[in-house]
Amino acid sequence: MKHHIIIGAGPGGVVAAETLRKTNPTDQITLIGDEAAPPYSRMAIPYLLVEDIEESGTFLRATDHYKNHGIDYIQGRVANIDPNTKTCVLEDGSNLSYDELCIATGSTPISPPIEGIDLPDVHSCWTLEDARQISALATPNSNVVLMGAGFIGCIILESLVKRKVNLSVIEMGSRMVPRMLDENAGGLLKQWCIEDGVGVYTSTKVNAIKLADPDINNGSSMQVILDNGASINADLVISATGVKPNIQFLQNSGLEIDQGVLVNNKMQTNIPNIYAVGDVAQGMDFSTGEYTVQAIQPTATDHGRIAGLNMAGKNAEHNGSLNMNILDTLGLISTSYGLWMGQEGGDTAEIYTPEVFKYMNLRFGIDDESDVLVGATTIGLTQHVGVLRGLIESKIHLGEWKQRLINNPMRIMDAYVASTQELDNVVH
Amino acid sequence: MQKSLHLDPAKCTGCLQCEMACSYEKLGEFNPSRSVIKVFTFHEEGRFAPYTCTQCDEAWCLRACPVDAITMDLASGAKIVIDDKCVGCKVCTISCPFGTINYVQETGKVAKCDLCGGDPECAKACPTDAITYIDANATGYDRMKAFAEKSLPSANTSA
Ligand SMILES: Cc1cc2nc3c(=O)[nH]c(=O)nc-3n(C[C@H](O)[C@H](O)[C@H](O)COP(=O)(O)OP(=O)(O)OC[C@H]3O[C@@H](n4cnc5c(N)ncnc54)[C@H](O)[C@@H]3O)c2cc1C
Ligand code: SF4
Repeated sequence: MKHHIIIGAGPGGVVAAETLRKTNPTDQITLIGDEAAPPYSRMAIPYLLVEDIEESGTFLRATDHYKNHGIDYIQGRVANIDPNTKTCVLEDGSNLSYDELCIATGSTPISPPIEGIDLPDVHSCWTLEDARQISALATPNSNVVLMGAGFIGCIILESLVKRKVNLSVIEMGSRMVPRMLDENAGGLLKQWCIEDGVGVYTSTKVNAIKLADPDINNGSSMQVILDNGASINADLVISATGVKPNIQFLQNSGLEIDQGVLVNNKMQTNIPNIYAVGDVAQGMDFSTGEYTVQAIQPTATDHGRIAGLNMAGKNAEHNGSLNMNILDTLGLISTSYGLWMGQEGGDTAEIYTPEVFKYMNLRFGIDDESDVLVGATTIGLTQHVGVLRGLIESKIHLGEWKQRLINNPMRIMDAYVASTQELDNVVH
Repeated sequence: MQKSLHLDPAKCTGCLQCEMACSYEKLGEFNPSRSVIKVFTFHEEGRFAPYTCTQCDEAWCLRACPVDAITMDLASGAKIVIDDKCVGCKVCTISCPFGTINYVQETGKVAKCDLCGGDPECAKACPTDAITYIDANATGYDRMKAFAEKSLPSANTSA
């Protein structure tokens, strides 16, 4: 009987533990998480902020789930690992020895080097504890400045608006969500937010956050100084300027680390009995073949499943994870998939009707993949959006459907159904 | 023996009885736009194709869900959305490569086929047997499902 230890109890670690248990009923499984709450999902935080759910609604599984499935859950923090003796050292000094290890420690928000970033009412929005702090400060009519209109920034934007705060969003890039949405889509999103009364400042930087005397600052305790000289009053500043993998405790472990822990297509690191998954892992991107840290939920759970199968003695491999995102910003739903920015020389199918906030852009590949979908951006699409993943990942040759999609990109589902079902030899 | 829906485009006349029956079962009203089985029309070929969730083994939707709001019904094998738990994050909708779990703006949650607890209304409503509910490892629909799953690289596993 082997002992498997999984460090980190977010979605990546939990799915790895469950898959392992399902596939191998007898091995010993220990899941270690350092947060005070039972394993939970960061993705549910926006819904906690608007009080749609309670904290228990963010939990990944029922609290007795781990025990019921023979997974030992330990609340504690791993200080370091020693692959030579195959041990994990916890911060409380205890040691645990393993046969196989899975690193699923996720990522932590970056703290940008800005004067005032350490002030007490400046928070990230990453953990349940952060959410509690934000809930206490983001009261109706309070002044809130959100630094960063990236993916996470835009996800919490809606929650803040629903909490009826006066919101200003500051983004360094030239558009909103620059790493997920193209100019058309990012532009539509910005216009949508402005029409909803949110102050959106793109191509703008925060230079400093200064304490202010509320008595002479309209009641607000801080001033956010922008690089254009302007300043905004703030009761709360939320920093959402990116994340970095939690790899510090792995220094000197002998693991190959670049931005994250490098893993092959089995989620295995350079040390064969150590796996890494999720936000901490740098694995292959389906579209580019490059090794990147995607830091998205579907990738964390896909990674977790593959690592779990391999740790259970199966032979599971993927061909890379497809980068994909979906955002609901005050009711405007945007998605992007794969090579949404296109490939040099590849064809495009597009409809763009900004008056009604509708946009769809499909990207085709090149050479012998010139009729294969490689990426997409959509605004305002909710029906059958997942089929974009199916079309991209299955590399379906669209044949005559390519031209039909160029004529009408909305027909993605027709294209998929026609390509996967036998429509021929019909006898009515 | 587990049963599954068998969809046969060759027999579909596009009458939309399935969409009517589905929406009536789920919403208590005839509202085909909210049916979770959809009939796709191919004017070019003069063909119709009913299409819904295959209740695939991979269950991408279930695995991607951050709050455990999708579970498997052990009796029917259907993957079911628990409305009370769903927060409406939509990550399942982009994860399902078949495009068969959709966000519903009216409810703020997602909807998918749940096989009506093991007695699917669409199959009962279909006058031409284009939709039947039969032993899982029978013919066409299973082939389509196998094709779709095999062609997805992230599903590659071998013992
Ligand atoms: C507000 C918010 C909204 C989001 N929305 C989306 C979304 O809509 N779509 C999407 O795709 N993604 C979203 N994400 C990102 C998504 O949550 C992450 O990609 C996902 O959580 C990654 O899972 P993980 O298991 O790799 O890491 P995590 O969920 O970060 O879990 C890692 C766990 O390991 C613990 N840990 C770290 N170091 C140690 C140690 N040394 N010892 C023990 N434990 C340790 C951490 O404290 C943490 O609990 C969102 C994130 C946030 C914050
Ligand atoms: S939309 Fe609902 S069912 Fe789908 S992943 Fe989110 S919480 Fe789960």
